[in-house]
Amino acid sequence: MDTSMDRRSFIKVAGGAAAATGLAGILDAGRAPAYAQGARLHLVRWVDFVPAADEVLTKQMDEAGKALGAQITLERINANDIQPRITAAISSGSGPDMFHLLHNWAHLYEKSLVDVGDVVDAIGKAQGGYYPVTQDLDRVNGVWRAVPHSIVGGQIAYRKSLFESVGAKEFPKTWQEYREVGKKLKAKGYPIGQTAGHTFGDAPTFWYPAMWAWGGKEVEKDGRTVAINSKETVESVKFFVGFWKDACDEGGLAWDDTNNNRAFLSGTIAATINGASIYVESLRNKDKYKTETGALMHTDILHAPNPAGPAGTYHYHTSFHHAIMGYSKNQKLAKDFLKWLHSKEHFEPWFVAQKGFSVGATTDWEKHKMWEQDPVMLPFRTAARAFRVFGYAGPPSAKASEGYSKYVVVDMYAKAIQGMPAEEAVKWAEGELRKIYG
Amino acid sequence: MADGRLKPIAGGVGQAGEATAGLAALPRAAPRMGTVARLLEDERVLGVLLLVPTVVLLALFIAYPFVKGVWLSLTSATVGNPGVFVALGNFAKIWNDTIFQQAAYNTFVYTAIATVGKLVLGMWLALLLNRHFKGKRLVRASMLLPFIIPTVLSTFAWKWMFDPTFSVLNWSLYHLGVIQTRIGWLTDPTLALGSVIIVNVWRGMPFYAITLLAGLQTVNPELHEAAAIDGANAWHRFWRITWPLLLPVTMVVTLFSVIQTFADFQLVYVLTGGGPANSTHLFATYAYQIGIATGLLGEGAAASLAMFPILFFIVVAQLWYIRRVEGA
Repeated sequence: MDTSMDRRSFIKVAGGAAAATGLAGILDAGRAPAYAQGARLHLVRWVDFVPAADEVLTKQMDEAGKALGAQITLERINANDIQPRITAAISSGSGPDMFHLLHNWAHLYEKSLVDVGDVVDAIGKAQGGYYPVTQDLDRVNGVWRAVPHSIVGGQIAYRKSLFESVGAKEFPKTWQEYREVGKKLKAKGYPIGQTAGHTFGDAPTFWYPAMWAWGGKEVEKDGRTVAINSKETVESVKFFVGFWKDACDEGGLAWDDTNNNRAFLSGTIAATINGASIYVESLRNKDKYKTETGALMHTDILHAPNPAGPAGTYHYHTSFHHAIMGYSKNQKLAKDFLKWLHSKEHFEPWFVAQKGFSVGATTDWEKHKMWEQDPVMLPFRTAARAFRVFGYAGPPSAKASEGYSKYVVVDMYAKAIQGMPAEEAVKWAEGELRKIYG
Repeated sequence: MADGRLKPIAGGVGQAGEATAGLAALPRAAPRMGTVARLLEDERVLGVLLLVPTVVLLALFIAYPFVKGVWLSLTSATVGNPGVFVALGNFAKIWNDTIFQQAAYNTFVYTAIATVGKLVLGMWLALLLNRHFKGKRLVRASMLLPFIIPTVLSTFAWKWMFDPTFSVLNWSLYHLGVIQTRIGWLTDPTLALGSVIIVNVWRGMPFYAITLLAGLQTVNPELHEAAAIDGANAWHRFWRITWPLLLPVTMVVTLFSVIQTFADFQLVYVLTGGGPANSTHLFATYAYQIGIATGLLGEGAAASLAMFPILFFIVVAQLWYIRRVEGA
């Protein structure tokens, strides 16, 4: 592919013209390609929060294996355990052929990942082009190191009846309004549930946008000058310390990514930032989850985007990608497999099973008829269009990943919530980022 | 080769005709058969040979990873990038790292409190189990449960018990009227460290108890009987008889326990991941976060190796003390 293509021109590459991919050749021929006898592929992915989608994927491994003439193994592990597996595999030069990457990990493992530009090009052309953010996440020094797969949109799941009971007919438009509503909800015994713990999804999804909404940023555009210690960041920290005390369940400080789901579904919190897994679960087990009045929980759940701060509305979503490891002896087969898996035909059943919890990485999936089925899921439909990546305002980099992995921004807020003055907490974060950005 | 040399000798012994040449011939034959046999007869050579498998295993699985770790800590290696030699640069960096400083502080507090807790409770349990009562065997077996259950599994159970929303501990305390609001077992920084210490004590106590119980059973009961006749009360009998006799065993158990506790990883990783705001990070969990999650292998190795001199000092001091006690 043309690696000099900029973001705009890349996104414009749309279209109907399906690329003449190796996969098309395979399908035309109607038989498996001539890979070495007994060729095997091993893919490691997270355990999906939507089990039905994992079931689809498991079946697809057999189908893909038949189509490609290979034995394909899918291994599912906890998302928090993927990085250790990748590190061990790269260090030993052996292991799974493909890994499921989160966030911008492609920058961390750049030198150990295969150039997958041809796969990205083929999928993007056939499916309306990728969301712009995917270039920030997966294109490292001009080379695509991972194939964007899906994005779990972070939206606020909230209880319609509880919000109405404190006079909020619609979801608050600003953080200040949200704090006031939350204060009333907490007084009624239904606080907002939020984690500030060391966990990969909900914590960064909440706290990075909290900083950005006040105009705070980690570094300047040069990607080197640490800029977190600003009036804007301090103001944001001060606001959210108050937000926490006024409106939040103070037991949430060390929650992991599942605690808020359980708390919401058991009716102890009124709202939480999340993917749609709470709603999807309430649909899956309709009779299991009920409100205080005995109504089915799923009928009382709505989703809303983040409220606006003084500097605007921002989101961070959790993105997922597939990468082929440089040590793999089956790189060609792995590329063909990814073309197969990401193709419209095979991505669709997985996408439908997700019911909107994960959206596609390409824009065509916004048009899918699945979105007509359930208006509650509609806020997720275009969520991926508003997506800022950590390390802002610098370019995406391994340094940004390091800051994320060390939970610097999350801990800045957590420290302030625990009593450290906002100025000191921000100064602490500045010190940590200076060590990272050197 | 060896077979070829041995055959004539075997034949020589077994054939009557040659036997008459007999004894005179043997001294000449012996050197021919004995190159290997003679070497094996030499205790120094045999000793070296018998040690070879152990040395190879130690070199492969202990020395090589250790040397590799030391080398990594002196480089700027990241995942997929061997890096360059940076001497003590990584150590200088972590020395000034506030998270590392907190992890170091946490590790000392964690080890000190957990070790004392395990020793006191383990000793108490051992003394109780050393008495005769009905169902003693069953109690002894069940005491080992925390030690037998895989750590990750039991720690998940504790995670549920500490759950901020569904904690059975909070539920019980609330219904007993002890508390009015929920306790944030893993939420409050001080309580979080306390909570992981509680789990460590729960898990490690049986190891102390069972080892000390074995030691207690070697104490001659006549000593206690004699002391009792002389008017010594239970405390005096423990302090003057049991404790001195148990001291060598206690020191060895404590030595193992300190090493394991100091380098603990699983409990904290499962319960808190080092949070909230790094208040439960230990050396091992922080080294893991830097080296594995962030991919900074050099820095991670340096953070991990920072434990080594401290553990080395503890081991040397305790071994010296054990020798002194045993020699006394």
